[in-house]
Amino acid sequence: MSTATNLQGHSGQTTAFLTDSTLCIGCKACEVACKEWNGVSADGFDWSGFSYDNTGAVGHSTWRHVKFVEGNPQPGFGGNAGEAISWEFSSDVCKHCEVAGCLEACPTGAITRMEFGAVYVQPDVCNGCSYCVVACPFGVVQKNVEDGRAFKCTFCSDRQRVGLEPACAKACPTQSIKFGEINQFRNEAQDRLQELKARGIEDATVYDPQDTSVGGIHSIFLVRGDPRTYNLPPKPEVPTIYLKDGWRSAGIAAGMMVVAGLAAFLSTPAKNGKRLEGAGR
Amino acid sequence: MREPLKREQVPDDAREARLVSIRKEAEKKGRLVEQGVRPVGAPFPKASPETGYYGIPLLKEPQWTWQVPIYFFVGGASGAAALIGALAKVIGKDERLARDARLVAAGGGIISSGLLIADLGRPERFLNMLRVFKIQSPMSVGAWVLAFFSSSSGAAAFAQLVEQKIDIGPIRVLGNVAEGFSAAMGLPLATYTGVLIGATAIPAWNHNIKSLPIHFGMSGLGSGVSVLELMGNDDSPALNMLGIGASAVESYEGFHLEFRRDPQVNRPLKHGLTGWTTRLGGLLSGPVPLALRLIASASGSRRLRRAAAWSSIAGSILTRVGWIYAGRESARDWRIPLQIEQPPSTPELASERDVPQMRAG
Repeated sequence: MSTATNLQGHSGQTTAFLTDSTLCIGCKACEVACKEWNGVSADGFDWSGFSYDNTGAVGHSTWRHVKFVEGNPQPGFGGNAGEAISWEFSSDVCKHCEVAGCLEACPTGAITRMEFGAVYVQPDVCNGCSYCVVACPFGVVQKNVEDGRAFKCTFCSDRQRVGLEPACAKACPTQSIKFGEINQFRNEAQDRLQELKARGIEDATVYDPQDTSVGGIHSIFLVRGDPRTYNLPPKPEVPTIYLKDGWRSAGIAAGMMVVAGLAAFLSTPAKNGKRLEGAGR
Repeated sequence: MREPLKREQVPDDAREARLVSIRKEAEKKGRLVEQGVRPVGAPFPKASPETGYYGIPLLKEPQWTWQVPIYFFVGGASGAAALIGALAKVIGKDERLARDARLVAAGGGIISSGLLIADLGRPERFLNMLRVFKIQSPMSVGAWVLAFFSSSSGAAAFAQLVEQKIDIGPIRVLGNVAEGFSAAMGLPLATYTGVLIGATAIPAWNHNIKSLPIHFGMSGLGSGVSVLELMGNDDSPALNMLGIGASAVESYEGFHLEFRRDPQVNRPLKHGLTGWTTRLGGLLSGPVPLALRLIASASGSRRLRRAAAWSSIAGSILTRVGWIYAGRESARDWRIPLQIEQPPSTPELASERDVPQMRAG
């Protein structure tokens, strides 16, 4: 029995994903498991035409997405053929930010924080205003135009409630997607990093932005090379940091309107003030 | 797949010339070192720290439809009209202008609400906006402001209509209170839209957070003045002064955007269709009405004032459309959120067709 199945949903434990790309084999079992458990619709059979990744990115109908990064040939990583390219795979998912742009922006309160740290869109409340879409610094949440509501990873909140691990983590055959307590994972990620470096994998990196305004994420990634290769932003910022400047400017603008109005009407002669008669002009 | 050449396309001069140049190089050097022909779609995107993940956009594109920029315009114009109406009544003693302003504010409130509701994915759930108030969400603040504005401006206009039939004190007092309240709500209504788009993850928007509320507020003021003038108040000197003020500030904002040395984040506001829309919007709401109004105030020409009014309205709409669609363009530029300073020669900014877009439904 894994540690995850021992979790008590309401025990107050804060959970996280640790997605280790050095273990990922790109099988997409996580994508399939996610779609099956959550009843997410198919996203078609489009070919990207330039990589083995035909899905592109997470979105309203893709809550787990395996990224395929082609690297240079590397002995031991390209199979037996010396000239074969090396592959790096990384399963992307909602980051469940500590300070989540989507949650802050949601005007209906549809997006809430669950007790174990998940950022959850309540489908029975969302009215599809699509403001969360532009508030996410990771480009995760998206409106399904056909359905009208915004969707993203739920962190399998329903499963976590009853002490089960998320479907993707359960289906992962190589334990590339691990699920557990967040602080334990932060340590575990560092341990794994040291282990990989000791084995000569110098370019392994932990992606866990804690020093930005998002204040940490519940999906920690261990990738090889620069996280930007995987479209992971170096400095994600929650858009509420712009509010102070914005409202100050709005205040200035409102002041300008009032002052301009007062100046215009005070400096021009007032009319006789005769009341309008009836409906006529 | 390339279509087979049609007879009239042969010979294709460019291709024939290329074949000749290849032959000449082979004759001269005995081998070909020049780069080969670029295959269709080449150079192919890569996943790297310089190009991101195959140049696939990191951020999601804004999914607002055409209703939103039009709502920005209507909300801005009617919010400003409410303020103008109250001032016209209290200070200007211009009853006719005050009456028209009440009607514009009320009509704008209704149209704004309709547009905002129509843009929702689930319009029947509009009232969910009013189940919470979140100061940290400009969308929530805006929904409440609009709700207060449209109800108070509606009440003021209704009182106005009743007053014209039966002129009794209580109705007049209620109407005036509602008018004052709608003027107070008109100020945030005309300006919050700048905060709304500025406080997002979209680079071209949040980069301009400090100027957007002023830009949009003045655009709203200019179009509010213009609508009232076109309703027949083109003899009011106060309105012309307000129009001059608004278009002067808009001119400044336009020049600021145009001539500031700025990074690639403002690219969608300056280049391509979105750039030209924004630029045209800036011209029509800034320098053009400013010049027309200055001449009009010297010559007293009402025709010029009406021309300025039409220009301001068109400019105000184009400005909002330009900014919203520039946001879409900006979301596609993966280089900014990835902090890739030097734009790689390839691949260029991915167009919608070049990347596997998540099919929207």
